[in-house]
Amino acid sequence: MTYTDRLTNVSVLGSAGKMGSGILLLAALEVADQMLKPENKDRHFVINAIDVSSAALPGLMKYIRAQVLKAAEKKVVVLRGLYAGRAELIENSDIIDAYVDDVMGLIRPSTRLEVAYESTLVFEAVSENEALKVKLFSQINENNSLQPWFFTNTSSVPIAGLDNGANLSGRVLGFHFYNPPAVQKLVEVITIDSNPSDMKEFALQLAKNMRKVVVPSNDIAGFIGNGHFMRDALFALGEARKLSASMPMPQALYIVNKVSQDYLMRPMGIFQLMDYVGVDVVRFIMSVMNPHMPAEDLHSDELDLMFEKGIKGGQFSDGSQKDGILKYDKGKPVAVFSSETGEYIPISSFAAEADIWLGSLPESTIPWKNLVKAADKDTLAARAFEAYRTSGTNGAQLALSYARRSREIGLNLVNTGVAHSAADVNTVLLTGFFHAYGPVNEFVL
Amino acid sequence: MIAGYNTISMGTGRKEFNPKKERPGLEHYLKEDGQSAVSQIGGVTKVDEGVFGNFMASRFNKQAHLGAFMAMIDPELRYKPSIRVEGACASGGLALVTGIKSVLSGSAGVVLAIGVEVQNTVKAIYGADILAGAGWFQRRKEGQAYFFPGQFSDRAGAYYEKIGREKARLAMARWYRNAIENARLCPTAQEFENKTANLESQGLTEPNPKSFTAHLNVFDCSKVSDGASAIAIVSEEGLRRCGVPVSEAVEVVAVGHAVDDITTLPADPTRLDTIAAAVKKALTTAGITTSQLATIETHDCFSIAGILGMEAIGLCGEGEGADFVLAGHTARDGKIPVNTTGGLIGWGHPTGATGVHQAVTIWEQLTGKAGNAQIAIPEDRPYGLTVNMGGDDKTVVAIVFKKTT
Repeated sequence: MTYTDRLTNVSVLGSAGKMGSGILLLAALEVADQMLKPENKDRHFVINAIDVSSAALPGLMKYIRAQVLKAAEKKVVVLRGLYAGRAELIENSDIIDAYVDDVMGLIRPSTRLEVAYESTLVFEAVSENEALKVKLFSQINENNSLQPWFFTNTSSVPIAGLDNGANLSGRVLGFHFYNPPAVQKLVEVITIDSNPSDMKEFALQLAKNMRKVVVPSNDIAGFIGNGHFMRDALFALGEARKLSASMPMPQALYIVNKVSQDYLMRPMGIFQLMDYVGVDVVRFIMSVMNPHMPAEDLHSDELDLMFEKGIKGGQFSDGSQKDGILKYDKGKPVAVFSSETGEYIPISSFAAEADIWLGSLPESTIPWKNLVKAADKDTLAARAFEAYRTSGTNGAQLALSYARRSREIGLNLVNTGVAHSAADVNTVLLTGFFHAYGPVNEFVL
Repeated sequence: MIAGYNTISMGTGRKEFNPKKERPGLEHYLKEDGQSAVSQIGGVTKVDEGVFGNFMASRFNKQAHLGAFMAMIDPELRYKPSIRVEGACASGGLALVTGIKSVLSGSAGVVLAIGVEVQNTVKAIYGADILAGAGWFQRRKEGQAYFFPGQFSDRAGAYYEKIGREKARLAMARWYRNAIENARLCPTAQEFENKTANLESQGLTEPNPKSFTAHLNVFDCSKVSDGASAIAIVSEEGLRRCGVPVSEAVEVVAVGHAVDDITTLPADPTRLDTIAAAVKKALTTAGITTSQLATIETHDCFSIAGILGMEAIGLCGEGEGADFVLAGHTARDGKIPVNTTGGLIGWGHPTGATGVHQAVTIWEQLTGKAGNAQIAIPEDRPYGLTVNMGGDDKTVVAIVFKKTT
């Protein structure tokens, strides 16, 4: 089966979700690229957008149409060539509209899993529930005579377990996009030994055509991205807990969040990131990973407590941030949740005291948005860490210990065989988390 | 001409510009422009008629019939004659020609000429469709996505063949640098706040045919602009009526208006023959040569158009435009300062307003009102020239102005 053959009938499971909708979009654009090749003009292509929620499907199609329109507007130079044979399409707007119609014509929204029985490729982006994934894969596999390939977007569930559970004989691999899939450049590809060799080649070609940066990861729960993020989050929660011996917990959370953003020059603080992903999601991923990590305890009582009090984070449908560990006003943190009182404590009520505790930020530390645009990011970051080493402030010391732990997590991912190299760990943090420098760097020592 | 006024050229590059927020429309620009101009001539009662230059409000703003906006500027203009003229990006120049003819015919002593365009109502890729109306629609299908950048990219490609790509690219980058440096001296310019350190290096950015054109990058192009310009065209009697001193007026010495067949392709893409014809008419009528010009406002919708324009105007020989620019002759301290407030690349290109904007700039320079952008006007070279082009060298208006004594 050729690359194009494999894409003639594609299904996306969980297509109305945050990740699924992005994957559906990318798949639709790639299938459209194949469909518009002159040699494929007589071929028929289908993408099944499958989701359990019937109510969500109209919104999904509206979202996809808007995103395809944006994509068309960006590549109209290419599209004019592809539609050169259609005499009636003259202006850019004519061609853009035709392309949007053609892409939307590929997509069949459905709530029925049966439509995937004729697919040759199945993307899966349902919730991180191993049993659910196995059930869906099994049902499709048992009813589909085409030996379909399954590309799971799991960020934490081991692939071999899915393969064995659904009896797929190696026809499943991890194809883990980052949120949002249409924007984030990173795809973690997790293969297992039993994958057919042409399946791996196809995956790499597909990622390349989707203009993604591929980082291979071994099949160990959490892979590289969550392997780092979850441990980073636990470290941050632990540091906050330690600080809370001498100050209120909300103030401690504020301090750790500030250090992880301002001192480490990251795009957002660790607790803001957890809110962005979802406190409930972070907690759930830890619960998925934990059984696979006998030597560690990937679990936080603090998160359990917050979850029990209804703290979930995540985003509203318009992309704006819901309140989580932090409370937001126009996207900016303004208060911190107190598990003790069940209320948000305004940052303004303790910021001055916390900032005195932290000490002044060295002049060599620059905001992430400036650092990430700089040509010599590592040199500039190294300069900031040099200042931390000579500074006696609490903020600098916490930054050093935080960065060193982040480095240690990265190295452990290599040592335990999750990542192939430290460079791969750095690539994941740089492209998947938008860090300005990789965690595995000598300058943080 | 007297009482020139330019609004800000609004679009990307200006701090005030936010494409996601509601922005002023045609009415705002027309009011600001018209009211500012008439305030300089003693009020609206002095105005006999109005002419509006506009290219594509009918598509950018879904608004035609711009002539009927004159009384919106001031109710006292109600029932006075007013007309909208169109000649693509030379619409502003045609507004001036129309006003000049009214004055010469004696039917009006004071004509208010306003050029206006509000283009940021659509994304650039759709704006390209609208602006392509300046070409022959029968060729739109074979044209490039960014139609006019594509047309002038083809001209640039031919010029590279003729004189060598490296030299041509260097000259185009120099043109860009001059444009931005001049715009930084003019508060209404779209690139007034441009702080790029190495402009020539930026200008040399390699063109990308996959996303734009084969031979031009975005820095070779004028920007998408919203704006308006106004000026009053007056007879000697009209000048007296307005109470404006002669020293604050510029004399219109000659007009060259030339139009080519829109359905034909240029015989030689490295020549701008219609510009050459219009400028020759204007200079011949004025009885002067280019050596008597103190400054020129030329239609640099693309850097290559600016360079080819130098050849077409007759400042240098064919194929020598790049050398002429690289020698510094067009810089503000050069032999003949060109586009002293940035031209279309630096000041901006609200298409239907550009011809009037050029006249306002020459009026400012020849009357000493150009502020930080002011250049010296030598006594033995009291003339200024505007060259306003519509389409791909199809409609051209060239006007020779003279400093009053």
